[in-house]
Amino acid sequence: MSKFQRYLVNKLLWFILAFCIALVLNFLLPRLIPGNPVDTIVAQMSAGGGVSGPALEKLYNSYIAEFGLDQPLWKQFLIYLGNLSRGDLGTSFAQSPARVQRLVSEALPWTIALMLPAILVGWIVGNTLGALAGYKGGWLDRIVFPTSLFVSSIPYYCLAIILLYLFAVEFDIAPTGGGYGYDKSPSLTIPFIIDVLRHYWLPFLAQATIFIGGQAVGMRAMSIYELDADYVRFARGLGVSDNRITAYIFRNAMLPQVTGLALSIGGLVSGGLISEIVFSYPGIGTLLFKAIRTSDYPVIQGITLVVMVGVLTANFIVDIAYGFIDPRIRAKASGES
Amino acid sequence: MATIAPVSNAVSVRPGLLEGLRRSLAIATKRNRRFWFSLSLLTLLIAFSLFGPYVFDKTDPKRLIGGLYDSPSAEAWLGTDNFGRDVFTQLMFGTRTSLTIGVIAGLIAILIGVVIGTTAGYHGGRIEESLMAFTNIVITIPSIVILILLSIALTTRSVVTMGLIIGVTSWPWTARAVRAQTSSLRTREHVDIARISGAGAASLILREILPYMLSYIVMAFVLQLSSGILQEAALAMLGLGPSNAISLGIMLHWALLWESVRTGAWWAFIPPTVLLTLIAFSLLLLQSSADEIFNPRLRRK
Repeated sequence: MSKFQRYLVNKLLWFILAFCIALVLNFLLPRLIPGNPVDTIVAQMSAGGGVSGPALEKLYNSYIAEFGLDQPLWKQFLIYLGNLSRGDLGTSFAQSPARVQRLVSEALPWTIALMLPAILVGWIVGNTLGALAGYKGGWLDRIVFPTSLFVSSIPYYCLAIILLYLFAVEFDIAPTGGGYGYDKSPSLTIPFIIDVLRHYWLPFLAQATIFIGGQAVGMRAMSIYELDADYVRFARGLGVSDNRITAYIFRNAMLPQVTGLALSIGGLVSGGLISEIVFSYPGIGTLLFKAIRTSDYPVIQGITLVVMVGVLTANFIVDIAYGFIDPRIRAKASGES
Repeated sequence: MATIAPVSNAVSVRPGLLEGLRRSLAIATKRNRRFWFSLSLLTLLIAFSLFGPYVFDKTDPKRLIGGLYDSPSAEAWLGTDNFGRDVFTQLMFGTRTSLTIGVIAGLIAILIGVVIGTTAGYHGGRIEESLMAFTNIVITIPSIVILILLSIALTTRSVVTMGLIIGVTSWPWTARAVRAQTSSLRTREHVDIARISGAGAASLILREILPYMLSYIVMAFVLQLSSGILQEAALAMLGLGPSNAISLGIMLHWALLWESVRTGAWWAFIPPTVLLTLIAFSLLLLQSSADEIFNPRLRRK
């Protein structure tokens, strides 16, 4: 096995280990709740007056059986793993008998549709601005740098709240929240799509703005750092053309930015949680918000699992991609050091 | 490079804590307006949260003084919240809670980070490998997920518990950075001299290595403090804030839950947002300007 293969295997083992730890945490932590989660939820239901007597008893027993809560912990974990391997995340407490995987897969497309374009647009615009500010300097830098520094120092959910207030309340040119109007039901018709877009642009703008700020600050710093690197001076001294040098600088400065992009995409679900709540946008964040309010543990656990899988996978892909892209890692792994 | 220290004054350059602080502040006074601006802003925010209730004679954040979302008036300067409580009073106590949680989280994160970082960096070898492997795993698993899972497991959450769980999940970056600093510091002459004189590992780390990173640790604390406050606000907005106190995040949680935006009750959600932004902004500015003061190489020109 070559050293490079060993690097790949090593990274794969790390990924599996981190994944196992994540699974155990996801299983174990909610079970630290004193007493038993089903007691809590059933007590809440009977307090609400919705269910009572024999119906409650039946509900209680079915929950205990489904989660195997009368079994020892290790058996519960095996049941949990068995269910997971079949793609089954359990039954929602609050919206019984809805399956958690159905609730999550209904909300996930909304989150992806919001976050992915926002991340991509924010990344492209932010890096372009940052690179221009770094190379050109002058008035452009004097505008771009302080603005992006200021924007990126505002907590992202605070920016979301401020934008919501300005555009939805003060100027009244955007709806105050939701993914579509209350009077509409989801369908693939032109009026519905227009309605969705009308609700979409503000959360999109909020997410993209945060990204532009952060990326611009990072890219500007990278460009300035690379411009001053020894290889640039050496190339200048050799009389290499400016375009070629710019290409070298670009390749080096882009590396961490590409990592950032991959990690942001992996973390897109957790990145939008709070903003979605601010805009009551019907994605994973709002689902989590509701689940927490109703102590809907299976839904909460389903969401945390989705977030962890996304982040861990993105990390793994970045590690592997670095092995191929970055000549320094390749050299180290193939035994030159 | 920073790692080269002349043998002759290797021992005498050890910065006395007060002397180093005095010298840094002297430089700061002369040159760095951003440092003073951020420090004043922060002091103002702390004073507002600590002494404000007595200065303005508004000491009971839970008292009901009106109805749902009453507009700002002579009595309620920033109106009332969804329960009819005074927003201005809540704001002072909320800032206090948020800052307290941030400080507890920051201290714990720094403590864990420094212990793991210095131990790994100083000993090297197997110890370093296993400690850093552990750190890397904690970094990969998103902290917000662990915080959500821990928070729902704790059915009642005090201010101290909130600080504790945030601190316990946010130390890895500090540990990484402290490890790097320690392994470059441990090869310095003054450390060798102390080692030859028979000092043990703990005393070497405490006396010969930590003092040289003090400025660095202070800045790491400021960053951890700021991220702790923001983590708390995020958790509280999800509905997982402290159960026995009012924090800025909890104010936002109620405001979002009770449709303050749709009803135009800006006083319920804009003030906590502005306070959070000011805290985050002043801490970030403090950190970056302090960085310039402590690291002369970063100063422009």
